[in-house]
Amino acid sequence: MEHTSAFSLPNSGHNRDAEASKMGMWLFLFTELLLFGGLFIVYMVYRSLNPESFLLASFELDVAMGTFNTIVLLVSSMTIAMSITAIQTGDAKKSIFLLYTTLGLAIVFLIVKYFEWSAKIHHGLFPGFEVYDGLPPGESLFFFLYFFMTGLHALHIIIGGIIISVVIYRTKKGLVTKEKYTLTENAGLYWHLVDLIWIYLFPLFYLIH
Amino acid sequence: MTSTALNLNYLQAKKGIFSWIFSVDHKRIGLLYLYSLITFFLVGATLGVLMRLELLNPGKDLFEAQTYNQIFTMHGVIMIFLFIIPSIPAVFGNFFLPIMLGTDDVSFPRLNLLSWWIYIIGAIMALSTLLFGDGPADTGWTFYVPYSVKTGTNVTMSVLAAFVLGFSSILTGLNFIVTIHRLKTPGMTFLKMPLFAWALYATSWIQLLATPVIGITLLMIVAERVFGVGLFDPSIGGDPILYQHLFWIYSHPAVYIMALPAFGIISELLPTFSNRTIFGYKAIAFSSLAIAFVGYFVWGHHMFTSGMSGLARIIYSIMTFLVAIPTAIKVFNWVATLYKGSIDVQPPLLYGLGFIFQFMIGGLSGLVLGALATDIHLHDTYFVVGHFHYVMFGGTGFAFFGALHYWYPKIWGRMYNKLVANIAFFILFIGFNLLYFPMMIAGLMGMPRRYYDYLPEFHLPNMISTYGSWVLAIGLLLMLGNLIAGFRRKHEKIARNPWGTGITLEWQTLSPPPVANFDRMPVLPKDGPYDYDHKPEIKE
Repeated sequence: MEHTSAFSLPNSGHNRDAEASKMGMWLFLFTELLLFGGLFIVYMVYRSLNPESFLLASFELDVAMGTFNTIVLLVSSMTIAMSITAIQTGDAKKSIFLLYTTLGLAIVFLIVKYFEWSAKIHHGLFPGFEVYDGLPPGESLFFFLYFFMTGLHALHIIIGGIIISVVIYRTKKGLVTKEKYTLTENAGLYWHLVDLIWIYLFPLFYLIH
Repeated sequence: MTSTALNLNYLQAKKGIFSWIFSVDHKRIGLLYLYSLITFFLVGATLGVLMRLELLNPGKDLFEAQTYNQIFTMHGVIMIFLFIIPSIPAVFGNFFLPIMLGTDDVSFPRLNLLSWWIYIIGAIMALSTLLFGDGPADTGWTFYVPYSVKTGTNVTMSVLAAFVLGFSSILTGLNFIVTIHRLKTPGMTFLKMPLFAWALYATSWIQLLATPVIGITLLMIVAERVFGVGLFDPSIGGDPILYQHLFWIYSHPAVYIMALPAFGIISELLPTFSNRTIFGYKAIAFSSLAIAFVGYFVWGHHMFTSGMSGLARIIYSIMTFLVAIPTAIKVFNWVATLYKGSIDVQPPLLYGLGFIFQFMIGGLSGLVLGALATDIHLHDTYFVVGHFHYVMFGGTGFAFFGALHYWYPKIWGRMYNKLVANIAFFILFIGFNLLYFPMMIAGLMGMPRRYYDYLPEFHLPNMISTYGSWVLAIGLLLMLGNLIAGFRRKHEKIARNPWGTGITLEWQTLSPPPVANFDRMPVLPKDGPYDYDHKPEIKE
């Protein structure tokens, strides 16, 4: 009769394991870095092959808008870090408020990006337009990489926004608490990565002269 | 006895198709992978046999050149992305890693299920090119530019399929790394882990760190095809060599994604069937990491004839030769394990020995290709085709079959007919060598790869090779038929440790295991995982 109670292992894969979740997130971030890494290599190679055209093309970008967006993202990184501290101290309300702020800043970033992109497209600097097709190969490559890399980055911002919304929802439901805030932490890690990639994209496209 | 009655095993616990395709049980997910992999393997093998049939005689026999190009591309895409990259980790890694670590699941069970679904979606995308669009890709599985951006066939879909499949691979790797770090049973340290777990650990890191690079590269091909912006197309300023670099930055480490888990399998088979501890545990464990590490820096050896500076070529060649060192360390240790062991020649061991023999031919022919002077002669000949089939099929494929025979009684609680399994092995072994060894000779004679036709002087090796493909096909069918027939042998009761000499933790639980993997606390051997002097006694 001693077999009636089923044996259970101490170290189950179904246990809640905050360390494991965070480790998983870090590993995922490595893959993100390498995803962009491939693009950085391409950028580097073509910049070294066409230094003048890349320089000429980069003057087309709006440094003011880029700088503004950089500040927006840096501040959003700070607000999400603060929201983690808030939930650690048990202040769910403050945490939610700070998450909303982060989400708002993400939307501001995307709006600015929208105006930047549409200005370029308006000038015909997108594949398929006459102006673009008339550009020397180096310049057209610069613009294409600009759209590709900032586009992929914007996609990450959107995904990050969705993740933050999930965190807000779950915090409101009381599923994220002082004892159990790995979700917020992982969202923060992801958001910092998105921020970090922008920190590299910004000088590569806007600033190097 | 009572415990078997009360603990339903994982196969019986729930019924119905949904209890399988939405299961988060690592054992069921492993089997989902197994059944899908075997299906795709049979499709790929059929395409291979068709190619050999076309090449039986010089001239056009069955297909147009274009059809042949599409068939060898499809064969490559299926075998690489749908079979051999997931193969051992996704099936046996999923099933046995948690059990060998003494835990009940991987760290992220739901992510594990997601990885299988992503795999299936990728597979459907890859196979959809057969039916939709302008026909399957005709570029070869490498999708080399500029041809892949110019051809009218459905490269876009094939490339996107490979991109999606990459995610599945990444998720599996991520899951295994965290599982190994977090879920080892109390008392098990890294240096007390079974060698299969070590091999999976090294493999997982490669999956994680190399796959994203191919992902973004493949997306760039799609972008190039859609927008025509000159990323890789030399006629509008792109650099096709850059594509080759990016492609092989992933695809060479991917070779070790395919090979390392197979090394892990062999390291499990040999102690069990020699009834003694593995020789050089640490050497084998660390050589996996060494291969994974050095393997990152050798991709250039695929491009010796593509245009690279002499210095770069020499460096890549030296690095390539360096990989041979940890690989040879493994082979020597395996052979030393057999020395003075009490060898029990069971079907799984035959596959293990077949692996060692064939992998050595594959590995050593790799050095011939890694040497600069010989590579100029052999590049893009059938020698290369023979070489990688010896490594991939003669190596990993045979290890996969070996693992299937080794863990069969544990997975299904049944036993196949061992005599038939032995016969099937010898047919496979003879067929394999008949099929691929003549390819190396044809390659040395100068026969280029990837043509549907050849000059009459290459007739003899091609003829032998095609005959070999028939023998191999018969062997495969016999082997699979025997395994399937084994399911019906319900009368036998399979013991916990059916081979009698298994020492890793999966042999301490029931066959098949209960849903929670163990019905009592697993006991570790005293000094490391292969300590046959203090082998825990296993009561039924």
